[in-house]
This record gives sequence, C-alpha cells and structure tokens, in this order.
Amino acid sequence: MFKLNQAVTPTQITHAHRLWLYALVGLILLFLIIPCLIVIPMSFSASQYLEFPPREWSLRWYEAYLGSPEWMMATWVTVKVAVISTCIATVLGTLAAYGLSQVRGGAAKLVNSLMMLPMLVPIILVAVGVFFVYSRTGLNNSITGLVLAHSVLAIPFVLIAVGNGLQGYDMNQEMAARSLGASRPWAFLTVTLPQLRLSICSGALFAFIASFDEVVIALFIVGGESSTLPRRMFANIRDQIDPTVAAVSTLMIVLSILLLVAMQYIKRLERRQQH
Amino acid sequence: MNADLPPRQKLQRVKPMKEVSLYTRTRDRGASGEDPMVRRLAMAELKERWALLSLTLPGFILVFLVLAVPLGWLFWLSAFDSNGALTLDNYLRLLRPVYLSSFVITFQMAFCVTLVCVLLGYPLAYLLSQLPDRASQICMAFVLLPFWTSILVRTYAWLVLLQRQGVINNWLLDLGLIHEPLTLVNNFFGTVVGMVHVMLPFMVLPLYDKMKNIDPLLMSAAANCGATPSQAFRQVFLRLSLPGLASGITLVFVICLGFYLTPALLGGGRVSMWSMKISDTIALYGNWGAASALGVALLVATVLILWGMRKLFGLNGQGRTD
Repeated sequence: MFKLNQAVTPTQITHAHRLWLYALVGLILLFLIIPCLIVIPMSFSASQYLEFPPREWSLRWYEAYLGSPEWMMATWVTVKVAVISTCIATVLGTLAAYGLSQVRGGAAKLVNSLMMLPMLVPIILVAVGVFFVYSRTGLNNSITGLVLAHSVLAIPFVLIAVGNGLQGYDMNQEMAARSLGASRPWAFLTVTLPQLRLSICSGALFAFIASFDEVVIALFIVGGESSTLPRRMFANIRDQIDPTVAAVSTLMIVLSILLLVAMQYIKRLERRQQH
Repeated sequence: MNADLPPRQKLQRVKPMKEVSLYTRTRDRGASGEDPMVRRLAMAELKERWALLSLTLPGFILVFLVLAVPLGWLFWLSAFDSNGALTLDNYLRLLRPVYLSSFVITFQMAFCVTLVCVLLGYPLAYLLSQLPDRASQICMAFVLLPFWTSILVRTYAWLVLLQRQGVINNWLLDLGLIHEPLTLVNNFFGTVVGMVHVMLPFMVLPLYDKMKNIDPLLMSAAANCGATPSQAFRQVFLRLSLPGLASGITLVFVICLGFYLTPALLGGGRVSMWSMKISDTIALYGNWGAASALGVALLVATVLILWGMRKLFGLNGQGRTD
C-alpha cells in the first residue's frame, strides 16, 4: 500500500497533494468508459423501453436481431465488405510502403501525400464526391463501390503501420539474401515480409475496423439490400430508439474489445521482437 | 467511420543512406559518356528506382480514381456553371445568413469541444505519464477502449444516457434533485458532450506521447535549483509538453470542423454544422453547386489550419477521422 505522505515525484509532491488530481482523473475515466459499457446491461432488458438497471432480464432483443432478415443481411454485407477491403488495402498499402521506403525524391513525396489524402479530407467530402462519381458510373448501391471506397479509406492506416515497421527493419538483410542469389521479389517474400508481419497485422486491424464502423459513405451510396450494419443502425437511431440497436451495439463493443486486445498483443510481440 | 487512426504514428521514411547514389553522382559529374560501365550501372539504378516506385502504382491509381477524381469534380462543380463558364455564384451564395450561421456554429462547436478536451485531456495525460507502468496501462485501456469502439455505438449510448426519459434524467428525478426532466440532448450541450467523448483520445494520445518523453530528471534539476513544485511544473514540464498540446489541439479542431455523425444524431436538427449543411444541400435541395462550394471551403479551411499549425509549431501532419 502506498502512503499518502509519500513523495510521488522528485519535486516532493506527495500523494496527499495529488488527491484532487486522482479524483479528477477518476471522473474523466468514468466519463470515457461509461458510454462504452452502459449499453451492455441495457441490451438484456425485457422491457420495450431502455432502462437502467433493467427490471427484468431477457434475450428478446438478441432474438429480434438474429431473427430479422434485414439485420442479418446488413451484418453479412458489412463483414464481406470489411474483409475484402482489408485484403485490398493491406496488399496495396504494403506494396506502396515498401516501394516508398526505398525511393526518395519528389515523385515519391507526391505519391505518399496523395495516398495519405484519405486521412486528411473530411469524410463528408469523400462521401459526397464518391456519390457524385458513382451515380455516373452506376456503382451506387453496389458492394463493389463500397469496397473500393473503404479500401481507399483504409490504405493510409496500412501505409503508416507498415512504414513504421520498415523504419525499424534493416534492409541489409534483404541485400544479403540477394547477394546470395535470391531474386528481389523472392528476397522480399522470404526475408522482409516475415519480419514485417506484425506491422502488417496491425495495419490490417486498423483497416478492418475503419471499414467495419464506417457510416457516412455508406449513408450516401448504399441502401436497402446492400445496407451495412452501421448504416442500418444510424437510420434506426435517428428514427426510433429500438432496443435491438442496443443488442447490436453490445456485439460491436465486444468486437472492439477483441480487436483492442489483439492490437495490444501485437504491440507486445513487436516490443519483444525489438529486444 | 470510426475514430480509428493511430495518432501517435506517422509515416517516416528511412533516413537517407550515406552513400550518394551512383546515378546522381554520374549525372552531376556530367560523365554520361565517360565510362560505359558506370553509365550502365547508373541506368540500372534509375530503372530500379522506377521499378520500386511502380509498386505504389495499384494503390496510387485506386486512391486517385476514388478520391482525387471526385474531389476535382467537386472543385469543377463549385466554380463552373452548367455551361462551363467560370462563376463565383456558388461561393457568393455562402455569404448568405443561412450558411454563415452554420459556419459560426461549426467554429463555436469546434472551439468549445477543443477547450473542454484540453481541460480534461491535459490532467488525464499528465497523470497517465506519471503513474507506474502497470497502473498507467490499466488507465490507458480506459482511453483506448472508446478509441476502438464505433462512434455510432458511443453516440447511441449518449442518446440513451441523456434523453428525456434517459438514464441521467431518471436518476436525478429519483434522487429528487430535479422535478422536471432536463433537456440534455438534441441541443448544443448534448452535441458537445458526445463530441468531447469522441475527441478526448485524440487529445490524450499525442499529449501522453510527448509527456512520456520528458526526462523526469529535469524536474529534479528544477527542484535542485530551488523551484517550487508548481514553478517546476509551469516552467519546465508545461513548456516541454506544449508541442504535444499543439498537435492535440490541431487534430481535435480539424476533426471537429468536418464532423458529421455525432451532431447529426445528438443535435436534434438544431445544431447545423458545416458537414450537415453539405449533406442537406444535396439531399434536400439537390444543389450540387452550392454543396461543392461548401465542401471546397471546408477542405481549404482544414488545410489552412493544418498548414498554419505546422508553420507555428513545426508539427507533422496527422490525420483525421470523421
């Protein structure tokens, strides 16, 4: 146990002096965490209305979700779009990061800034622009269109993650492989790629969540049969507060906890690799 | 989409290698015809550069087609009328009160949210940077979980908490603190609360990163030189953490300007932000010219702020979310 009059820092601040800070930060942490967790118990409520704490418990909202063809369809579309865009963004992003790490100069800078653009441009502009172009090319309301847009959004995440990985990677290893007779692609595949796997995985996780949670573009370019889960949730929240959304939210929170844990695990492995 | 960007990471290319490229050396010496071997090597190197650069081609083309082309189209729509003649009509339209009021609201909102984020984020990041590793990791989970949870889910949770028959109103009524339910949502206040919740991690993560890199010995040195704890904090720690604060503020402010989701759900139609104006102008009025002009103005404001902050504080560009 720590003692209150023990010094915290070399400037002789004691824990007692810091009590107000601990209290304030405790409140801020509650503010951050409560909205992420409060929905979970409420989704198990038996009543028509959302209440906390629920007076009776049931699984009826989960049944409503699992039993609804629309919700199931939306879930399937979301998963499909997220998986395909993650694959596209990861492959394209990794290739680009590798190329950009080896080349310097104006052209490389230009390519790099264009590929980071999806992160800079406000999402509403991406949505409006894509909607405008898709309505002329017939890609609106199609899974293909959504996959393309989501891949573009996700590329910068992969570029950053793999770029960071390459920064800590000693390219001489690949040179060594090539001097022993490996072709450049073979050296990349067998020497560099395996060592970049953690960075690639973390980039892919970011890409997946970017697509899985994306609402604004989906709001503009898809509807009906090709609605994604977040798009359906948005419409549902705006029009009526239906506790089914609480059940869906709970499942999405569980997914984000899983992804967060996966991410922390990857980070730990990365640290171990560095030592 | 979710607030899913890694704010602490940024792309940095490997430092330039020490040896000067053979190609440049040859070219600079003007020795193209000097030695056929050198020349052939230089050509091979040039070829390799292009081969490597071509690896970026698939991604480049995709981003170009799906992002740059539509943006260019928006520029075109905003500045040229249907006959293809240059016109400023769409931009002059932005001076009408209905658009001006939306700019004012957007900047007010961005300012309020940024201010609250600084007030909450600074103490939080400070304590996180001072705690022992284990405790700091646990507290960090409280910051990272919201960061990874869909903005939509969190906005929904705030609606559930803040609405008229929501959790907070019910509790306050039960406790007898209030007799009428408070209007906590579908207004400016509710939107600020929801947006602060989304933005706080974007403030805390760069701040934490900066603070973690401040050498604790500096604080001992300040104490040795006779500074009181608060003097040491103000004159040493605060100053050294300012770049982190600046990048947090930039990030939060810029993201707020283009924010769509939370104001649309928590504003109850009363908080008409810039991005909502863009979508309404298209969805309700079908006025592509005006919407594009709004969009271009938003993009210009975003770029100007990022550029200005970089000039002022030497920041590296960091990304955005919605």
